[in-house]
Amino acid sequence: MSLHLLELEDVHTKLTLKTGVVRAVDGVSFHVDAGETLGIVGESGSGKSMTALSIMRLLPRSGRIDSGAIRFKGRELTGLSEDEMEEIRGTEMAMIFQDPMTSLNPVYRTGWQVGEPLQIHRGIDVRAALAAAIAMFKKVGIPEAEKRVAQYPHVFSGGMSQRAMIAMGLTTSPSLLIADEPTTALDVTIQAQILDLLRTLNRDSGMATILITHNLGVVAGICDRVIVMYAGRVVEQGRTEDVFAHPEHPYTWSLLHSIPRLDADDREPLKVIEGSPPDMMGLPSGCKFQPRCPFAVERCAKDEPELRDVRGHLARCWVTQAGTSLNGSVDAG
Amino acid sequence: MPAEAVASGLSASTWSAADPLVEVRRLTTWFPVRSGVLARTVGQVRAVDGVDLTIRQGETLGLVGESGCGKSTLGRSILRLIEPTSGEVRFKGQDMLRMGPAAMRRMRRDMAMIFQDPFGSLDPRQTVGDIVGEPLEIHHLARTRRQRQERVRELFDLVGLAPSFVDRYPHEFSGGQRQRVGIARALAVDPTFIVCDEPVSALDVSIQAQIINLLERLQEKFNLTYLFIAHDLSVVKHISDRIAVMYVGKVVEVSGARELYQSPQHPYTASLLSAIPIPDPTVERGRERIILKGDVASPVNPPSGCRFRTRCFKAQPQCAESEPPLDTVRLGDHLAACYFPLG
Repeated sequence: MSLHLLELEDVHTKLTLKTGVVRAVDGVSFHVDAGETLGIVGESGSGKSMTALSIMRLLPRSGRIDSGAIRFKGRELTGLSEDEMEEIRGTEMAMIFQDPMTSLNPVYRTGWQVGEPLQIHRGIDVRAALAAAIAMFKKVGIPEAEKRVAQYPHVFSGGMSQRAMIAMGLTTSPSLLIADEPTTALDVTIQAQILDLLRTLNRDSGMATILITHNLGVVAGICDRVIVMYAGRVVEQGRTEDVFAHPEHPYTWSLLHSIPRLDADDREPLKVIEGSPPDMMGLPSGCKFQPRCPFAVERCAKDEPELRDVRGHLARCWVTQAGTSLNGSVDAG
Repeated sequence: MPAEAVASGLSASTWSAADPLVEVRRLTTWFPVRSGVLARTVGQVRAVDGVDLTIRQGETLGLVGESGCGKSTLGRSILRLIEPTSGEVRFKGQDMLRMGPAAMRRMRRDMAMIFQDPFGSLDPRQTVGDIVGEPLEIHHLARTRRQRQERVRELFDLVGLAPSFVDRYPHEFSGGQRQRVGIARALAVDPTFIVCDEPVSALDVSIQAQIINLLERLQEKFNLTYLFIAHDLSVVKHISDRIAVMYVGKVVEVSGARELYQSPQHPYTASLLSAIPIPDPTVERGRERIILKGDVASPVNPPSGCRFRTRCFKAQPQCAESEPPLDTVRLGDHLAACYFPLG
């Protein structure tokens, strides 16, 4: 077995809230290899962001990794001290967030912020850090980089701020970039610019990327592999082409059939996923998607299925594991 | 303007159901930019800057554009929830912008709005039953308490909410259910025209289809006319008969929904379409993408001539000299404001 860049094994993360304990990440395992882009898809509350924050050890105060292993380049992260973790965050792993406007510090010049990781982790001086920031701004496509580094964040547009955030994440040439909904707050034409940039950086640097999104179109465009999360669990995992061509979990299948496609020519009503996203405080027994599932059988309400191989990729579903194909099935929904 | 008064009186009396329900002409809505201790006006945000638009009876007109393009302001200006600066909005032939408060109030009964988050602006201490019933009181549409209660239950049923929910409070509802309450409230006055402003963009993906299907079902049942404002062109194309594309305060293209997708004329429309990701890896990876340079132009200081020229891949010197009117390209119903259309 070869060594993966990042490997999660049965990770459980709990949030202790006033109203109770939420198992935000409930037994998640996956890996990322150098140079690949892995998509994590799910709705709000599915655990996709908590998974990322667990990897980075940036959980909110109420959060705690309860059990499981997170190995990065073969090194176990869960037992590291805060100092050791900070060193890794500054140099080997970077994370960018949905709202770049609130992630940049408004009282420091952008160039200083982008060069700061180099001053801290590489011990270079301010002048060299600024030169590096200018080079990074150019790399991520910020025009007039020499002028821009001297400006404060409030004069940057949303797209420019996200570019600056990416530049900041990339200054130390990390081997893993985690991007949490990096384009959700941006307009589509700006989204296209940022995705194009991520694609280019990925190809040129060999950096691995974990892209967290709710947008299946974005996944289809840039991810090599995809993980679908529901109620804190991975319900499907596989190569993007396989998962989109023959989804083996009814949640993935339903999502793909419920979103309007720009290139679809019909005006048929959309297939609807009944019910609401799960209440993490009161999850149903058995399969967590079963109350909303058009394919559910009796067993689904009783026992929870494991993540198993179904026609070449992994799915957590009794129905498909028993051999039924969702695409070939009768008109469900 | 006596001539105009005569004209408006004429069209009001001769308006028939075959005529456009809403006609917007040269509509502008500007907001002052104030600065300094004296809050002097130093400029104008030209949110809506000379828009012509026709909405036909029973259709869904989609209105798309990026944030700040003025689409929400246009929607609100049409309902006069924001007072436009100039222009005309004819509803059933009558110019709403020249109407007094009493006439306007009567007119309002015919129109409603659905918001992105219907509870953002409402009293969290009101029950959802009261929220839905409020328009009935404002417009005196229910004579007795009992009549009102019955109507509210009927509305709940229409939008797929259990009538037993009437006594609950907004915070007890999920996003999708809240939007159903917002739709029920909009339907309370039995309107013919509804402006839907980003009605599904705050909802989880799995809930969006429920609301889209509900809006379509209600349209069919009550012969509603929608102005459907959204930034997600896939959603807009699915629900709309025709689509208008806005860029920095202007409508730059309008056409049938399918035709807009198949043969966009304006370079902005083409780049908008090419930027929308399609949830299919084989299609998505084979697509040719137009990546635009730079950011959306400022509505305070728009570029001379065509406002899109600073980002346009087809721009010529002529584009900076004069602004192309919307009917520069006219292919039947399909209009585009461009000197160098894609053809």
